[in-house]
Amino acid sequence: MVVHKHMLVLVPLAVLLAGCHSDSDDDTLTSSREFRFQVTITNLTAGQPLSPAAVVIHTTGWQAFTLGESASVGLETLAEAGDNSDFIVAADTDSNVLAAVSGQGAIVPGATAQVTATAAADSQSGLLLTWASMPVNTNDAFAIVNAIDISGLAVGQSETHLAISYDAGTEANTESADTVPGPAASGLAEGFNADRDDVRNAVYVHPGVVTQDDGLTTSTLSGSQRWDNPMARVDIERLQ
Amino acid sequence: MKRVILTLTLAAAPLIVQAAEFDVEIHNPTRGLYYTPLLVTAHPPSMKLFEAGEAASSELQAMAEGGDIMPLVTALDSAGATTVANPAAGLLAPGETTTAIVNTNNATANTQLSIVAMLLPTNDGFLALNSLTVPTQPGTYTYNLNAYDAGTEANDELRGSGAPGQAGMPVPPPLDPVLGTNGTGAASNAEGYVHIHRGNLGDTDTTGGKSDIVSTLHRWLNPVTRVTVTVK
Repeated sequence: MVVHKHMLVLVPLAVLLAGCHSDSDDDTLTSSREFRFQVTITNLTAGQPLSPAAVVIHTTGWQAFTLGESASVGLETLAEAGDNSDFIVAADTDSNVLAAVSGQGAIVPGATAQVTATAAADSQSGLLLTWASMPVNTNDAFAIVNAIDISGLAVGQSETHLAISYDAGTEANTESADTVPGPAASGLAEGFNADRDDVRNAVYVHPGVVTQDDGLTTSTLSGSQRWDNPMARVDIERLQ
Repeated sequence: MKRVILTLTLAAAPLIVQAAEFDVEIHNPTRGLYYTPLLVTAHPPSMKLFEAGEAASSELQAMAEGGDIMPLVTALDSAGATTVANPAAGLLAPGETTTAIVNTNNATANTQLSIVAMLLPTNDGFLALNSLTVPTQPGTYTYNLNAYDAGTEANDELRGSGAPGQAGMPVPPPLDPVLGTNGTGAASNAEGYVHIHRGNLGDTDTTGGKSDIVSTLHRWLNPVTRVTVTVK
C-alpha cells in the first residue's frame, strides 16, 4: 500500500498581509494559527476496498449528512462512484469548512492510509473532523466518522474512532454487475446515476450486502464482500 | 471518546444537580425494520429491564415477542419509574423519528434511562438502551442502540403469533404486503437468554423458501436505533 500525504493549507488574508509587511506591528496579523492533523485510516473489512479518503475539518455549521435526510449530490457521487471530488469541492466552498482534502488511491482491505489536513483558525475551539470513503463493492454505501470533536487534542496526542457504514439512500441495492463500481463487479458499472431509486431518498444505516452466496441470484457479490460494523478504524493525531 | 471525557469531568464536579427534564429523540435508521410501541423510562439504578446473558422476564418476553409493553409499564409504575409509553402512537416506520419528554422533577432517584421496542419482522428481537446514566450537564448526547434477541422464541422467521410462547411473528398491516408467505421455517430453537441478535436470515422467495422475511429488505447491521438525549 502506497501511503500518500496531501496537505491543503488555507492561507488567510492576515497571513498574506504579514508577508507583505513583515516590519510592521503584527499584533493583529498573527491571530490565525495552523492546526495540522494526521488521519490514519485502517480498512477493517475482508473484501471491501475503500475509495480515496475525503477528510474535512469544519465547524458545526457544516455536516456531511444528516441521518434520515436526503444525501447531497456530492455525497451521492462519493457513495455511488467512489469519487470524492464533488464532495470536496462543495465542502471547500462552505464558509464553515477550514480544510477539505483527498487521499490518494483506494485503501484495500487490511491496509492503512494517511491523510494530513491543516486548518488555519484563530483558535482550536470548535474544530471538528469528518472522514468518509465508499466501500466500492456496494451500490451506494459510505463509511464515515462524522464531526469528531478535535478541539481538545494537544500536539502529539491522538484519538481512535471506529466508523460504521451508512447507505446514502440514493441507489437501489441491486448488487448487480452494472451498478457496483468495485473490482468484485465487471468494472463496467456506471457508478454515479442521478436517479434516486432506493427504498427511500434518505441516509440510513447500511444493512450489509446479501450476495449471490446467500441467495440473491442477481448479485455480482460473493460472501467475501460481506462486512460487519465497524468498517474502519480512524486514528486522528494532532501534528501541529 | 468524548463521552468518557465528559464523565470524568462530571466526577470532578459533584455539585451539579440532577437533570429534571430531558428530551429523548428516537430515530429509526434501518432499511426496513418497524418498531412496535416504544417504552421510554427513567428509573432507579436498582432495577433493570433485562440483563444480557440471563433469561428474559415474562414482561420483557411479552414486549419482544408481541410488542406488548403494558406488563413492563405496570412493573415500572409500581417501582416508581417515570415512564413514557408509546410516544410514536403506534409503529415507528423505517426513517421516522419520535420524541419522548421525560420529567423526573418529582422522582430524582430515576437517574437511569432505558428504552425498548420490538423489531419487526423478527420473532423476539428488540432494540434496547439498558440503564444509561443520564448526563446531568446540559447538552445534547447521541447514542447508537443495538438489536437484542430475548431468547424466548425460536427464530423460525415465519408469519405467526405475537402472543408470548406462541411461534411465529406478528404481522401488522404495513408489513403484511411485504413479507413472504409459505416459508418452511428457519431451523432454530429458543436460546434461553438475552443476547445480541444474530440478525435476520431471510430469503428472496416470497412464496416459499425457508423464511417469510425478505433478505433484501429486513436484514440489518447494528446499530438499529439512533437516540439523541437533550438535557435542559
